[in-house]
Amino acid sequence: MLNCRRASELVSLAEDRKLGWVDRWRLRAHLGVCEGCRQFKAQMDFLREAIRRHPALREDTKES
Amino acid sequence: MEEARQNAPVPDEQGIARYRDYLYRYALLNLRDESRAEDVVQETLLAAVEGKERFSGRSSVRTWLTGILKHKIVDLFRRQAREAPLDLDREGDPDDEFAELYFDRADRDHWHTFPRSWGDPERSLEDKRFWEVFDLCSRQLPAQLARVFYMREFLGLETDEICKEMSITATNCWVMLYRARMGLRECLETRWFAPAR
Repeated sequence: MLNCRRASELVSLAEDRKLGWVDRWRLRAHLGVCEGCRQFKAQMDFLREAIRRHPALREDTKES
Repeated sequence: MEEARQNAPVPDEQGIARYRDYLYRYALLNLRDESRAEDVVQETLLAAVEGKERFSGRSSVRTWLTGILKHKIVDLFRRQAREAPLDLDREGDPDDEFAELYFDRADRDHWHTFPRSWGDPERSLEDKRFWEVFDLCSRQLPAQLARVFYMREFLGLETDEICKEMSITATNCWVMLYRARMGLRECLETRWFAPAR
């Protein structure tokens, strides 16, 4: 079984590339039993979405 | 509002300069330094004016200008990285010392502090104060981590492009992204989503 440290590393890695099926399976198993790491994953997903909507990057703001 | 471009009219200098504020905000977000941001925006506008015949009209003027700006930011990051060579022992390799900040080695590498629920975090995205905290937390990232993180998340580069630009290995790259994310997440939790009472 994965520990939280390793799970957090895989969650981060998954933001940048596809995990191998073993890592993917192990991660899913860990997330199934660990609320803290589930929150961590949700927060990583949120961060990526938030950055996309950063005010400085928004297309819909007025120009000078 | 952008009008549909049928024949790709060449943007004039005013048509280019009106994006200065947007470009400046974009540059400042990435460079964290007002005068560097001003310089790179100025260079971008100049390059655009000098090269405006090459504007194809396939994208909007703003997208075109942002593309020029992105290239200049990446160039700057590459130069900065070369001038302050990466201390790979500290920043580029996976190590236990970093892990100890967050995980308890004596307790099967559980979190010292388990991530808390952030409730409905989307609501914060419309709050100006959230973005102030976000920018504060993001500016706290050490320069080397910030560059790699910004290239990935703000500039949208793939990791292999980042590795090439920064002359680092894939391992260095994922370690730095991991550390940046861990730091940013913790800062946001501590300062915004679940501050200690």
